[in-house]
Amino acid sequence: MPEGIRDKVVVLGMGCSRFGERWESGPEELMLEAFSEALADSGVEKQDIDAAWLGVFFQEQSTGKSGLPLSQALRLPNIPVTRVENLCATGTEALRGAAYAVAAGAADIALAMGVEKLKDTGFGGLPERTKGSSEDLWLPNSTAPGSFAQLASAYSAVHKRDIKELKRAMAHISVKSHRNALDNPKAHLRRAITEDDVLNAPTVAYPLGVLDCCGVSDGAACAILCTPEVAKRLGRSDAVAIKALQLAPSNGVELSNDAWDGAHTLTTRIAAERAYREAGIDDPKSELDLMEVHDCFSVTELVLMEDLGVSDEGRAIDDVLDGRYDHDGAIPCQIDGGLKCFGHPIGASGLRMAYEIYLQLLGRASERQLDSPSIGLAQNLGGVPNRNVASVAIYGLKDITR
Amino acid sequence: MSGDGFGILALGCYLPVGRLPGAVPVGANAWFAPGLRAAPGQRRSFCSWDEDALTMAVEAGGDCLAGAEAEGIETLTVVSTSLPFADRSNAGVVREALDLPADTRLSDAGGSVRAGSTALRAALEGGAAQLVLAADCVDAKPASAQELSFGHGAAGVLVGEGDCVAKLLGAASLHQDFVDHYRAAGERFEYALEPRWVRDAGYRDQVAATAGEALESAGLAADRVTATAIAAPGGLAPAVRKHLNKALALPTASSELETAVGFCGAAEPLLKLVEVLEAARAGDKILLLALGQGIDALVLEVIRPPATRSLASALAAGVREDNYTRYLALRGLLPLEAGIRAERDNRTALSAFWRKHEAITAFKGGKCSKCGTLQFPATRLCVHCGAEDTQEPVRMADMTGRVRSFTEDWLAYTPKPPLVFGNVGFEDGANVMMEFTDVEPGQLEVGAPVDMRFRIKDLDERRAFRRYFWKPAPIRETDDA
Repeated sequence: MPEGIRDKVVVLGMGCSRFGERWESGPEELMLEAFSEALADSGVEKQDIDAAWLGVFFQEQSTGKSGLPLSQALRLPNIPVTRVENLCATGTEALRGAAYAVAAGAADIALAMGVEKLKDTGFGGLPERTKGSSEDLWLPNSTAPGSFAQLASAYSAVHKRDIKELKRAMAHISVKSHRNALDNPKAHLRRAITEDDVLNAPTVAYPLGVLDCCGVSDGAACAILCTPEVAKRLGRSDAVAIKALQLAPSNGVELSNDAWDGAHTLTTRIAAERAYREAGIDDPKSELDLMEVHDCFSVTELVLMEDLGVSDEGRAIDDVLDGRYDHDGAIPCQIDGGLKCFGHPIGASGLRMAYEIYLQLLGRASERQLDSPSIGLAQNLGGVPNRNVASVAIYGLKDITR
Repeated sequence: MSGDGFGILALGCYLPVGRLPGAVPVGANAWFAPGLRAAPGQRRSFCSWDEDALTMAVEAGGDCLAGAEAEGIETLTVVSTSLPFADRSNAGVVREALDLPADTRLSDAGGSVRAGSTALRAALEGGAAQLVLAADCVDAKPASAQELSFGHGAAGVLVGEGDCVAKLLGAASLHQDFVDHYRAAGERFEYALEPRWVRDAGYRDQVAATAGEALESAGLAADRVTATAIAAPGGLAPAVRKHLNKALALPTASSELETAVGFCGAAEPLLKLVEVLEAARAGDKILLLALGQGIDALVLEVIRPPATRSLASALAAGVREDNYTRYLALRGLLPLEAGIRAERDNRTALSAFWRKHEAITAFKGGKCSKCGTLQFPATRLCVHCGAEDTQEPVRMADMTGRVRSFTEDWLAYTPKPPLVFGNVGFEDGANVMMEFTDVEPGQLEVGAPVDMRFRIKDLDERRAFRRYFWKPAPIRETDDA
């Protein structure tokens, strides 16, 4: 395994727009909102940024293609802007581009921006696309909830856990995230709900009800990155450093081979193992202080606890119901409300997760601040369980004065 | 008579599971057409949104070939008055779906509801190994008499040299341009004439003469006929039947198809033949009469009853539909508001289809000759061992699959919500994400066995195209009856 980028890149500043149904704002305004916060936070000037990466998923219905939307919206001084897309891991992919540029010395200061403007598409959920590819000749016309609901039926069968028990743990997850979002003024969905609300909500894709699904939101989030040396030169002492940044896409096994049991996300396990190695984490159960995971659906969060190795195989239901991932549990998960309630503007989500961990590690998360966390994990999952891109990023505090 | 020789080698049939009790449309439409109460009929079969004459022909063909030798079939004839394509070989699609050789001679036949018996006669007199598949899926206007009397279904007959089920003893045909009903090209609904005129001036006088001629050519006296199979649009009126039986001293016939399925267009002659053959004993003499701008009369001798009773199973497997608007919507007769997801463009990349036609139509995956792993679709690199160019085509359409995961998706657009789809496991490690069919909410479970059905995958209404693929369906428990 290569040496990796552990501690080679630190976060100089971050910003995140308010997420939600932002009828008054287009992607340009959302990006500027996030960028203004990050720039003020970083203490540098726009002219100091050497290169930028833009992540947006449904570009046809919002920004359009290329790096131009970012360059124009921020009036950047003609620096290189690269547009990236990797499904729901797009935000993390933008961060990865900027981090690699900094680690490689190609840029002293780099910007990673993720944005999504979903509420102009006219769809309640994610929009449909034209069905004209060769895969459309045979793949079902699935939706995201339908695809992730597969995890539930397979999990129930593989681990011989009654679907009702699973549903209850899934409900606990949604209740927890709604509770957490009450303390987050930027979150899309801010209202407390009960387990019964979740269990009695209308079915979207069995066994997922409406309250098992995350918000579909508009929003943007961004990070300004630099090397520890640059940060030190700018007068910083403590900084949030990238400890690991790993990506694992499916290679077709889950889609076409029964070696995959359908009850977990194979790629998350691979990315997590690599990330723990890169970050030097031997026991995630005891070493992680908080997690932001890709809770597009309640069941996704549940299986991810096993995929990330913080719950034993087949035991996530019990850990969830025991409150292990609640705000006051051993490893709080989605302390900001997660995709579920903070919202899920696809291209922004990976950076939104980084934003929350950044705030928490620096003790700046106000109402929802955890008790001095020092290491956090962000996991992003693009695609669907049988074909996806998983990313695992680990962030930690670094003393850069030495 | 010896079993070896030239004749009918195997039979097959298919009825869609949907069954509409006559009382449902009659009750719903009584405010408008109270006269329908006079003859509500009992039940009729109808196709779901993802079935048409072509998919039913594939089903009947598969049933026909299940217990028979498919090798050596020289000709495939698909007979229907409702084939989906006017210019694209429908029989060709059926040919590939059934995995018959590409050099099979193909023909699409139709033009009359009598076309099924005409094709059968031609096959029995032709001397070549031939598979004749007849299927029809004709819709009727809401509140019409045809809505109560039309059914959807398919039947198939394999003709050739071998161990015969039945042999042709004689036949006669007569054409008369007697227009009791018609449907213009491109029209969805038929126009029917006054039933009393049809009965009195038409069938009553025309049937007996041709039937007599066929019996004469078979050298058989009418009183030696043990069973009659009569295919007539809307069913043969009791008065006509009585007249016929009297004129030729034929045995009276009752048909469950008429009360439980309805008149299945060009498939009716073959369905009726399957019905009598399934009930027949060796040595029986059968008179098949099919009407439609004249008459076909075929006299057959039963050598051995067919090994399977698939029509009896299909009759028993129906699922009753008591919701009239659901029936109308599934037949595309009621434009329900389907929401923005239904606005999706379903253009088919036909260049991609051509590259994948064997995978899509014949449902063939690739089996790695190095590690034995089966995968769908076939690719150049094995998903398991990575070996290059080692995959041999293997047909998955005849395999039993196992549900590995599923959902009932109420968000996705489908004409019949919910969209039920999931991972299906096959032999040798294969997994395919597929859309299920003929399934109701709450019916599936992980581990359940499923078999594969050739169905419409998507409709492209903008371009009047439809694409087909295979869908797993729960195995019907009556199937092994």
